[in-house]
Formats: sequence, structure tokens, C-alpha cells
Amino acid sequence: MSEELAIHASGLVKSYGDVRVLDSLDLRVPRGSVFALLGPNGAGKTTTVRILATLSRPDAGQAWVAGFDVVRDRPRVRRRISLTGQFAALDEGQTGEENLRMMGALARLPRTAARRRAAELLEQFDLTAAGRRRVSTYSGGMRRRLDLAASLVARPEVIFLDEPSTGLDLPSRQTMWHVIEGLAASGVTVFLTTQYLEEADRLADQIAVLDGGRLVAQGTAAELKRRVGTRRLDLACVSAQAWAEVAGRCGDRAVHLDEASLTVGVPTDGSAAQVRALLDEADPGRRLIASFVVREATLDDVFLTLTGTAKETTRV
Amino acid sequence: MSSALTMTARSLRLATRSPDALLTALLLPVMLMVVFVYLFGGAVRIGTSYVSYVVPGVLLLCAVIGAASTAVTVCQDMTGGIIDRFRSMNVPGTAILAGHVAASLLRNIASTLLVIAVAFGIGFRPHATPARFAAALVVLLLFVVAVSWLAAAFGLLVSSAEAAGGAMFLFMFFSYASSAFVPVRTLPWWLRGFAAHQPATPVTETIRGLLLREPVGAHLGIALAWCAGLLAVSVAVSVFAFRRRTA
Repeated sequence: MSEELAIHASGLVKSYGDVRVLDSLDLRVPRGSVFALLGPNGAGKTTTVRILATLSRPDAGQAWVAGFDVVRDRPRVRRRISLTGQFAALDEGQTGEENLRMMGALARLPRTAARRRAAELLEQFDLTAAGRRRVSTYSGGMRRRLDLAASLVARPEVIFLDEPSTGLDLPSRQTMWHVIEGLAASGVTVFLTTQYLEEADRLADQIAVLDGGRLVAQGTAAELKRRVGTRRLDLACVSAQAWAEVAGRCGDRAVHLDEASLTVGVPTDGSAAQVRALLDEADPGRRLIASFVVREATLDDVFLTLTGTAKETTRV
Repeated sequence: MSSALTMTARSLRLATRSPDALLTALLLPVMLMVVFVYLFGGAVRIGTSYVSYVVPGVLLLCAVIGAASTAVTVCQDMTGGIIDRFRSMNVPGTAILAGHVAASLLRNIASTLLVIAVAFGIGFRPHATPARFAAALVVLLLFVVAVSWLAAAFGLLVSSAEAAGGAMFLFMFFSYASSAFVPVRTLPWWLRGFAAHQPATPVTETIRGLLLREPVGAHLGIALAWCAGLLAVSVAVSVFAFRRRTA
């Protein structure tokens, strides 16, 4: 593997019972970059993070983090990474400062160094005032910040963040984004998972889209948007028969199929030329489509476009 | 080793931060002792003063109540997010569990001293030499360590803190169905075989013999064998269960 990669995974497979959660996953994350693994619930994001953070073993395939094999060199990998999961890894009964000092002691920092590091992190995460309060009194956003601070005590090279902003309100989410941007600027490698396209767009240098345990796309935010189209053209058909015909013509490109409202949705950039061309293509005889609407693409559209199948879905 | 110390300090701190649990652990044995001595004691005829007879039994009960809470704290750790953080920081599972057990031991020393102090207040007069007194404490604390590991194994095998709380009732049953509160010969015939051959009886009899300056006979050897056996099996089961849960 290359020295330039902080994370390199090749052919990762993981099943739980009969369910194949990861199906031959390959990842390459350059050192010092921010990488977002984007996908809906159940796509395999958490499983990927757990394997890379040495908490779970892959059934097949290999992965290296910070230059070491995640299965054979667990202790070495663990000294160089940190993991912040979806559930706060904190003791509710200890104060913020006590939690950080405990992490320092576990990271083998001497007592005074652990105390200094705790004070530093409380300051950095705007928690100095709350440092002497028990975590049980913290708000969701404060808890998440302290959790992230706790993961940084030992100055890891690679930071895994599993859905860092899920469940946070908008102001807390924005604070979290500032914090992650700050980390990225300090030169560490950040690997985060998210369900939010906006989050990946704002934070990540590279985005990989995971669906059903497979990578369905990878690239910069701009590249993905170009592929996906930022808007959706919804075609309302005149009858069920017309709807079926239009859906057939759009084929794999259809990201939205709703028989009840007789609509078919396809990605578009919203330009007159493209909309005209799409209308002509879907309805060359000009008798199947009654009306159309151009709307902003949702995350569903992105996934559906990238997975290439317009399946009925209730994802949020 | 240093991680185990950090984990011990953590467990102790968390214990002091949940005052209701701490009060239960400290007051329940004292209250039970008072109940046994003053409410049931009058009805028990065993030839000696009942308070002297029952205090070793209360010490045993106190030990299992204190040790059983290890099941709950271990289970809470395993079901919360913090276990992943500890593992990703390379803290060995044995250090995490040993921290819980060490904290349980220290908590138990405090509650044992409290029970002994109250026992003296209500008329307990052991005639033990300091050496015998110390030997009784050593046996009791060895028992606490073994039962704490058993509780840790229990906490790793169940999936919720509520279920882990069941450890206390299970362990308390063993204390009641033993010679801790009444002589085995007064139990119904079908319970005597069980009561005489489970760990609570030889441990109680050893502590009682040492404190009351009576011969302990074979009880000491049997008590130590039970403690060693329980300890070995519980540590092995804990390590196995920890690996399986974190695979």
C-alpha cells in the first residue's frame, strides 16, 4: 500500500447471519483529507467504520489504517486512531473534565499532562464553563462536542466520526461542522459517515456513496452533483398506460416512480434545452405527458440515481 | 495494570455519584441485620446469643449484595457507547472488568466495616484474637472478589441492566438457603443437602468459627476451594463472554 493513504480497504466483506452488510468494499483515503461515506440507514456505514476502527473483523478482505493492518496490527492501529460513535461514549456521572482526564490516563499521559490536555480541549470545544459539571446535565450538542474532545485526547492521526451530527438541532450541527473543519485544518485525516448530502458537501474532499453494502459512486461533491443533477423533472402522465410507457422510456434514469399520481421523475440541470430534450425523449408523440414540474433534488434522488434503480422507498 | 487502576478509580467515582445505589448497598445489610436480630431473633433458639450467630451471616449477605451490583455496572458499560471508546483506545477487556471488581472490593470493605460497627453497637461480642479477626476478613474479601467476578460474568451474559439486577436476587437466595441465618439442621429436609453443599454455608461457618473462636474444621478448606473455583470459572467465563460480545 501507499504511504500516502491514511485508509486503504480492499474487498471488505461482512455478513451478519444471512444479511450481507458489506459486499466487497474498496476505499482509498489520502492522508490529511476529509472523507465522507454517504448512505441511507442500513447501507453499511457503521459496519465499515467499526471494521476500520478495529472493533469488528471483516469476513473477507483487508484494510490498513495509518499504515497498519486492522486485523493483524490492532494495537498499533488503535494507538493512531479515535472513534466517535453515534452514542456518546462518556460517563454521565463524571464531569466533563473528569471524563477527559480519564481518557488521558488511559492514553498513558502523565497526570499533569492529562490535566493540561483536558483544559486545552475544554477550551477548544467551548466547554470550559461546563467542565466541572456532570455530563448528565449537558445538552445534546455539548455531549457530542465533549465526546469528540474525548476522542482527541491522545492526538490521533485518523479520526472516525460515525454520523457526527445526527440528532442535533441546526445550531449544534453548525457548531459541529466548525469543529470538524478545524480538525481538518490541523492536518489529521477525518473519516466521517453521514446521511446528509449537505454535510458531506460542506466538509468532505472526497465522498463515497454506499448503498446495500456496495460503493455506488465516489468523487468530489462537484463531480457527484454533476452526475446526479441538482434538480428533478417530474412528468405527470395522462393515464396509467401512458405512465407505464414513459417510465419504460426513462428506464434506469427514473429516480422517482409513483403510479398513484402518475408521475415519473428524472434528474435534470433545469435548463430549458435539457428539459425540452427529456420531454421529447420520454414522450416523442406528445400525447403521454400532461404537465411537468422542475424541483430541487432530494437525497433520495441522489441515492436512486446513483444506484440506478427507481425503487419505492421511504428513506428520509 | 495502570489502565486497571484508572478503571477502578472511575468505578469508585461513579459509585459515589449515584447516592441511591450507594445508600442501598450500605443501609440494606444494616437494616437486614437489625430485622434479623430484633424481629426474628426472639424466635430463634440456637443455644447461643443470636446476634453473635447472625452477624457472620449478615456479613456474607452484605458481601453478595455489594458484589451483585457489579453485574449492573458491567452490563451498563457493555450496552453503552463507552465500551467502543475503551476498546478503540486499546484498553484490555480484563482491565475494564478488573476495575469493576476492584471497585466492588473497596465498596465492600466500607460496607463490611459499617456492618461490624453497627453489630458492636447492638451487642455483637466476638471473642476472636486480632489474627483470627484478620483471617475472617481475608476469607470474606476473597469471597467478595469471587462473587464480584461471578457478577461480572452475569452482567456480560445478560443483555440489559434490568436483567443484570436479577443477580442480586439470585445471590441473596443462596445466602438465605444456607447456615447464614439459621442452622442447616433446622431447614426442611429437602433443602438441607443443598444448603450444606453450596458456597454460602462453608464461607459463613468459616467466618463464624474464626470470629467466635470456635473450631472451623473442614469449613475453611471447603470455603477456600469454593472461592478459588468460583473465581477461576467466573474469570474464564467473563473473558470468554467479553470476547464474544465484542467480536
